[in-house]
Amino acid sequence: MKDFVKLLFSHGMGRMGIFIITLFLFASLFAPYLHTIDPHKSSSFENMLSPPSTQFWLGTDDLGRDIWSQIIYGSRISLTIGFVAAIVSVVFGTFVGLLGGFYGGIVDDVLSKIVDFFMMLPELPLMIILAAVLGPTIWNIIFVVSVVNWPTTARIVRSQVLSLKERPFIEASRSIGASDSFLMFKEILPNVVPLMFAQSVLMITLAIYAETILSFLGLGDPSLISWGQMLHFAFESGVMARSLWWVMPPIFAICSLIVSFTFLGTAITDVTNPGYKEARGL
Amino acid sequence: MKSFILKRAGASLITVFAVICLNFLIFRLAPGDPVKMMFTDPRVTAEQMQEVREKFGLDKPLGGQFISYVQRLAHGDLGISFWQKKPVTRVLAEKIPQTLILVITALGMAVILGVILGALAGWKTGTRLDTFIVSASLAMYSIPSFALGLILLLVFAYTLTIFPLSGMSTPASGLTGFGYLKDVAWHMVLPAFSIVMWYIGEFVVLTRSSMTDVLGQEYITSARAKGVKESGILWRHALRNALLPVVTMTGVNLGFAVAGVIEAETVFSWPGIGLLTYEAVMKRDYPLLQGIFLLFAVSVILANFVVDIIYGYIDPRIRVGE
Repeated sequence: MKDFVKLLFSHGMGRMGIFIITLFLFASLFAPYLHTIDPHKSSSFENMLSPPSTQFWLGTDDLGRDIWSQIIYGSRISLTIGFVAAIVSVVFGTFVGLLGGFYGGIVDDVLSKIVDFFMMLPELPLMIILAAVLGPTIWNIIFVVSVVNWPTTARIVRSQVLSLKERPFIEASRSIGASDSFLMFKEILPNVVPLMFAQSVLMITLAIYAETILSFLGLGDPSLISWGQMLHFAFESGVMARSLWWVMPPIFAICSLIVSFTFLGTAITDVTNPGYKEARGL
Repeated sequence: MKSFILKRAGASLITVFAVICLNFLIFRLAPGDPVKMMFTDPRVTAEQMQEVREKFGLDKPLGGQFISYVQRLAHGDLGISFWQKKPVTRVLAEKIPQTLILVITALGMAVILGVILGALAGWKTGTRLDTFIVSASLAMYSIPSFALGLILLLVFAYTLTIFPLSGMSTPASGLTGFGYLKDVAWHMVLPAFSIVMWYIGEFVVLTRSSMTDVLGQEYITSARAKGVKESGILWRHALRNALLPVVTMTGVNLGFAVAGVIEAETVFSWPGIGLLTYEAVMKRDYPLLQGIFLLFAVSVILANFVVDIIYGYIDPRIRVGE
């Protein structure tokens, strides 16, 4: 593990990704201590749409709410949705892939058909209708994001399981009478964990993106102010061009968080590639 | 080849049927009463709601509702849009051409530019140029296209006023013929660019990896030994074979491409299906949303079918493998 982190730091993209993600984690953990006020709190009339000042570091929006606080608290929403949706979709996808790959035959056929079907569907329209019908709450958004993203994990895990179950150690385990569930969860699953880890990073990226775009399209949880929602309000307000301090911070936050997760994912893929150590002379 | 096409067509039809079932289920099994969602006005009485339920067959059992839904679909009837008070089919038909123009332009440019950049990066693997192309396209690929679109809108339309703010043509300009086309092209620059930048990464990464695979093959070495010029090897020998996986990916990624269209059209108010999606969400127009989902899903399935057939022609191994 320590070795792995060291390898990640030797990768330029990995280093940059970890650095920026740590910043956002720090911001979301210590949000109340970072010169923030309640992001929902409107201030007096003269403070509406005011440019950056010492009181409001990044200015205020059309209701006089502090942009800096919205950005800092917004990182909590993005990270929470990213992590929870990634875990749900990776765990569910792994379970499906494990079942299909292990049992093969009709179970695998049916599960593979379902996976293929979901992978064929256009993701964003599917998320939009699900979110519109179920109603915009944070839990529904997590559900919607997971529904769209689990199939890729299922497909990758399945092919891994197919090759794992032919290995001698499974045969050995089976010959001494190990049950199916023991083989699946105690023997095969631990070997799939590295794959689940790499897949989770990718899923976090997709989940953060999904929450952002759904909120931007007006399907965000109305009781929370996420970055996507800030952009939605700014876009709908019609004064976007005259209040750049309102639009630019969420765009910047979204892009840097998503890009750093993408870089981290790329670094993990590169580093786990067997040729990487030799190429670096490590 | 014929049996290959038939098989694929059959599989596509089954998928379309599954989409129809899913579409039906999502909107029927949703919590809450669709009629109550439709009429939020408290002045609508319970009797009037019951009347609407009977008119739309919502009081019948689910199985019966499904059969009548499929029957109406077969006649091209997707219901009535709450918001526009017009048949959904008509609302969609009016917007399809605008979206097609935008998608084809953007996708075409992304493929051409992505393949060229990817081929260069694969050709120069390990150099500075390679690292730059790959990390830049990874970054562009992960940035949502609506975020890039907003930046483009603020910089080039609002601040520098080089390009128009929204729409597809200058309202009431009275332009015709070539002048009109030029006007449309001018309006298309920013939305198309925001989509291209998003798609391009995928093609760069793909062409690059496929290019590095091909360059390791023996026929490339033999072409070099024969004294073929380096540029000839790159464009004629290597790239040609490196393109095969790119063709498949174009099909696979169309579902993903749809997202770029919705985002770009929303940001730049391009009057196509994407902007319609945003408006339908804002108005909570469920029949229209249902129609939009069906349209997007069926077009993606159709496009995949076409790509499969093309691929079958290019690479005979696919047909034999069936």
